[in-house]
This record gives sequence, C-alpha cells and structure tokens, in this order.
Amino acid sequence: MAKFSHAILEKNVILLAIATLITVSIGGLVEIVPLYTIKSTIEPVKGVRPYSPLELAGRQIYIREGCYNCHSQMVRPFRDEVERYGPYSLAAESMYDHPFQWGSKRTGPDLARVGGKYSNAWQVQHLVDPRSVEPGSVMPPYSFLLRRKLGREDIARHLQANKAVGVPYTPAMIAAAYADMVAQADPEGDHDHDALLERYPKAMIADFDGKPEELTEMDALVAYLQILGRMVDFKKYTVKDLQQ
Amino acid sequence: MVAATAEAGPDGVGAGAGEAARSQQSPAYNMTVVRQFTLATAFWGIAAFLVGVVIALQLAFPVLNLDLPWTSFGRLRPLHTSAAVFAFGGNALFATSLYVVQRTCRAPLWGGPSLASFLFWGYQVFIVLAGTGYVMGITQSKEYAEPEWYVDIWLTIVWVIYLLVYTGTILRRKEPHIYVANWFFLAFIITVAMLHIVNNLAVPVSWAGAKSYILWAGVQDALTQWWYGHNAVGFFLTAGFLGIMYYFIPKRAERPVYSYRLSVIHFWSLIFLYIWAGPHHLHYTALPDWAQSLGMMFSVMLWMPSWGGMINGLMTLSGAWDKLRTDPVLRFLVASVGFYGMSTFEGPVMSIKPVNALSHYTDWTVGHVHSGALGWVAFISFGALYFLVPKLWGRRELFSLKLVSYHFWIATLGIVLYITSMWISGIMQGLMWRAYNDLGFLQYRFVETVEAMHPYYVIRAFGGILFLIGALLMIYNLYRTIRGNYADDQVSAYEASQPSRAGAAATA
Repeated sequence: MAKFSHAILEKNVILLAIATLITVSIGGLVEIVPLYTIKSTIEPVKGVRPYSPLELAGRQIYIREGCYNCHSQMVRPFRDEVERYGPYSLAAESMYDHPFQWGSKRTGPDLARVGGKYSNAWQVQHLVDPRSVEPGSVMPPYSFLLRRKLGREDIARHLQANKAVGVPYTPAMIAAAYADMVAQADPEGDHDHDALLERYPKAMIADFDGKPEELTEMDALVAYLQILGRMVDFKKYTVKDLQQ
Repeated sequence: MVAATAEAGPDGVGAGAGEAARSQQSPAYNMTVVRQFTLATAFWGIAAFLVGVVIALQLAFPVLNLDLPWTSFGRLRPLHTSAAVFAFGGNALFATSLYVVQRTCRAPLWGGPSLASFLFWGYQVFIVLAGTGYVMGITQSKEYAEPEWYVDIWLTIVWVIYLLVYTGTILRRKEPHIYVANWFFLAFIITVAMLHIVNNLAVPVSWAGAKSYILWAGVQDALTQWWYGHNAVGFFLTAGFLGIMYYFIPKRAERPVYSYRLSVIHFWSLIFLYIWAGPHHLHYTALPDWAQSLGMMFSVMLWMPSWGGMINGLMTLSGAWDKLRTDPVLRFLVASVGFYGMSTFEGPVMSIKPVNALSHYTDWTVGHVHSGALGWVAFISFGALYFLVPKLWGRRELFSLKLVSYHFWIATLGIVLYITSMWISGIMQGLMWRAYNDLGFLQYRFVETVEAMHPYYVIRAFGGILFLIGALLMIYNLYRTIRGNYADDQVSAYEASQPSRAGAAATA
C-alpha cells in the first residue's frame, strides 16, 4: 500500500483546493441529483396549474414584502396541523413555484391552504390593519398596498421568464397575460372570463380590494392568497391514492 | 489612519517596493486592507445588532412597523440577517483571513495593493447593493441568499478575486507547510463559491430590471436552498471562523494548537459531513423521506467533528488557563468556543426528527441560531478585533482591558437572556400548537400562541439591547486605542509588568 502523508496536501495549495472541492461536493450531489431522477419525488396530482397572471403578480408582492419570514406554506403530516390548516402539503403543489415558499418560521400561521378560508373583505381589512380583526396579532400593517397601483404592464415577460425556467405557460397564456391580469380583478367589466377560467381553473375572479375603478397591489396579493391550497381537490384523493 | 502608518511598520508599500522587500526577512505585508476590513467589521457589527434590536422590538410591539413599506419586519429581517452574516461576519472573515494568510505564509498579498483595495470596496458595494435592495423590496426570498441576480453576479466576481488573492498568497509563501487556519479559510472560500453559484442560478425578467425567477422549483429548490442555507452556516459561519480560532487562540494564549492530528481529522470530517446536513431544515415536509433521514443522520454525526474542533480549541489553553482570569480578550475567544460547543450539540439534537417536529417553525430555532451567531461568531470576532486593532495601528495594548471585561459580561448576559427566552417561547409555542382539550379539539387558536410569546419577545429584545451596548463599548475602546490613548488600568498594568509587555510588543 502506497503511503499517504497529509503533508502532501499541506504543501500544495492546488491539491488541497481540489481535494476540498471534491470533499464538499459529494453530499450535495448524492442528495440533490436524485430529486431530479427519482420519479416518485413529485407524485402527480390533478389540478396543479401555473399561477394566473394576477396571482403571479400577487406572489411577487408576497415575496417583496418578505411574508415568507413569518409564514410557512408547508403543512406537515401531523394530526394537529392537518386539523388546523387542512390536508398536508404535497410536493406537486409547489412544482411551479420559482422559488419555493415553504418558509422556515411560523410567527404567523401557515398559509399553504389559506385560499378560500376568509372572504376578500376580511383579507383586505386584515392586511390594512391586522389588529382590527385579530387584536393579538403582531403582523405589520400593509395599508399602502391599497393605495399602490399594480402596474405590471410587463406581466407577459414574467410569464415568459417562468416558461424559461420550466413552467408550462402556453403561447396563448403569454399573449393574453395582461388582459387576463386585468380581467381577474374586474368581474363586471367586458372581459372574456370564460377563457381566463379555462386557462386557469379555479382562479377567483373578483374585485378583491373593493375598489373597482383601479387595479391595486392589494388586488394581486389577495388573488394570490385566495388560490393557495385550492388547486388540488383533496376530496378526490384518499390515503390510498397518495401512498407510494 | 494616516497618523498610524508611521508606527504600524511595513505596509501600504507599492508593488515595486514589495518586490524588493520579499527577499528580506520581513515581507511587505499589506496591512492597509486588513485595517479597512477591521473598521468595516466594527461598523457593520453595530448596524446588524441595531437592526436586530429594531425587529426584535417590532415583534414585541408591532406598532413599530410604522405602516411603511421600508420599515416593516418582512423587509428588515433580511437586512438584519444579511448585515450580521455577510456584512459583520464577512468583513471579520476578510480581515482575519487576509491577516492570517500573510503572517503564516510570510508573504504579502498576491495581486498587490490595488487588487486588495478592489476586494475591500467591491465587498462593501455588494453589502450596500444588497441592503438597499431589501429595504426597497428587491429580494428573491431565498433565506440568506435574498439579493437579486445582478448583486449575485457582482459578489461572484469579488469572490473569485478573493480566491485568487488567497491562493496566490499561499503559493508565494516562505513556509514549507500551509498553516491549519488557512485550510479552513480556503475551504470556506471554495465552498461558499460553489453554494452561492448553484443556489442563485436564475433567469432575469429583463436585463434592465431587478426581478428574476430562480431556475429551481418546489421541492428541488427547497433542498438546494437549504443545502446552501445550512452550509452558509457550515462554511461561512463555521469553517471560516474556525480559521480564526486556529490562529488567534494559540496566538493570544501563546500556546501551540493542542493537537495537530486532531486538526487534520477535524478539518476533513467537518467539511465532508457538513454538506449533507441541509435536509434537516425540511423534516416532515414534502421532501422525500430518504433525504430527510440522510440529513438527520449526517447532522447527528456532525456533532463529533464539531466537538473535536472545540476540544482542539479549548485544550490549546493547556498550561495557560490562568490567563482567562487576567485577559478578557482571551476570555472572549475561549467563551466563543464554549458557545460553539453548545450550539453544535443543540443543533444535532434539533435535527432528530421527533425533536424537530416540536422545534421547527418556532423560536427555538431562532434561539439556536443566536447562540451560534452571538456566542460563537460575534464573540470570536470581538476577540479577534481586540487582538488585531492594537497590532494594526502599532499600539502597545488596548485602551482599556477593564472595558473589554465589561463588554464581555454585558454581552454574555444579553446572550443568556436571548437564548433562554427563545427556548421557553419556542418550546411553549410548539406545545401549544399541538395541545388538545378534553373534548378532542385543538386547545388554542393560533393567535393565542402568538399572544403568549409577548413577554419572551420583550426579554429577547432586552437581551439584544445589552448585546448592542456591549458592542458600543467595544467601538469606544477600539476608537481610543487607535487614537493611541491608554486608560488608567492599562497604564498601571504596563508599569507593573513592563518586561513581558515590552517583549510582546516587540514581536508584534
């Protein structure tokens, strides 16, 4: 057996650097690469779809305001969490999330299934002044969302960038992106809502912020919150279906 | 700074002079850049602690969010974490690594003063770009990797130059062996480069805009992120700071490292095992079970090299333990290793799945992080700063050792309040979430668990304020040291022990 002396590495910085790089690469390769090759990593479920343009714009506000610092979007398979929040989260539910929003801290409650739990009016009121509806809350108020116009004329480019990283937006979705974004927050207006719902099933079409005359950041954020956890119909799945 | 140069000795010399000096006994070390990074460490430290106190108070008193976009918790929390990790910790690592590599290689920095200067200003630009971005809402929401694509590219450039300067300096060394502290610094630089690049791969929406979409999605993105996130702890906040431990503790204690063999084992086992531990941030999530179990297993194994390193650091004091009574700077360095041992025991415990089921998502994690960040990272940085400043500015000693001692005890009390309050609030909240009443219903609404946190959030903020006060004492002490002042306690100590003090100053 050839004799190895650690002094070889201590006297050659290039060898030391290469040995270090190899040593620190192994763990990551073994853990991350199989997530792309093992099929059962993401078990397919029906209903998961790319975000509608308005939801995507709202998701960007969620990220911008750092909501992930205090809210998780990952229900763990425990009795208390399933009772408190709803069915535990599946990998497929965040397969179009760039980046993921699972979070790491629950200063506030989990939001993975918050969609449809509260009315739009409650969500808006809670965002404007959290302690007016929940006196014990420590959440910051976000009243400025109601005053800020959404803008986002470039929403089609956002869909395109998502497509580039693997989200299956179709050319039709990209072409109609801006129109869809406006239409979702304007239920009374002259828009093709049927086409919107066909592209994005279960999307909530509403004047979220109670200000029909303008499209605000509040509209977008609430639209995003209202789709969270609603894409998959869990009544259709039993424990058996979800077993590997 | 200008006034100090005359006393500080051979530094700030141009490239030509450096060439000539290299053949002589004492090479032309570049201490200018070390001084710059040292001052930046102190500055950003205060900034990080201050923002930390602000957001701690916001959790206790939410009115302090002010209902303004740029002052709300969600934007300030990344500002705090990045300021602590990358601005304070990063500058401390730059200062110490560039000091250590020159001294232990007996060679000036590769690339000369201009490249070193680029490193300093380049890194400060990164910090300012990242920080101002957070406040304005520019973030990609990946924890500890929030800066957007253009800042990421800039950091990559700075980091590659750091790697070149560092390895270049080692290549031109006058010593046959590469000293152990440099292995750790090198592993930190290489691994952080790898983590940073892979975790931040993204497609920008447009070249003129800040927004981008991360290449990875969902479960794969989650593991990539925590492979990054945990090893930002493992390599930025651990391996790099172990480099500090391996140089500054032996230096200050004037004893050799306890065991050479242990440091070899420590190094390779630590860097091999750490990288596997990421999945423990994703226990019971939609990440496949096999990955969770693997992450837990390696996290538990990681306890061994961590404590091996702690033993190596602490036992270096063999025969010099008495110095802890008289030298508060050494006390900072040694206490930091103690905190390191404590948090690297707590970490593996929390990575065990049933424990994690309780601790995850709660303040227990926050407390754990801070026992490492305040107790280990900040304490060893304080020790290194107190060690470096007199040397870098050519002063015999610090302005006041008594102030160092006050700093030590005030900061320690702050940490104890911080971590104990977070233990209580974290464990309590975890238990309240899963509590059922006699009728089989969940006993508490979520908001009731939030209300129960209030007293602990107040205590935690108070602990943070103490820590900040301690750091302000340090700033004052360092400022007076640089000015060349000595407090009464130092003057009398100097007169009492003149022969040995003079000897120490001469070798500096």
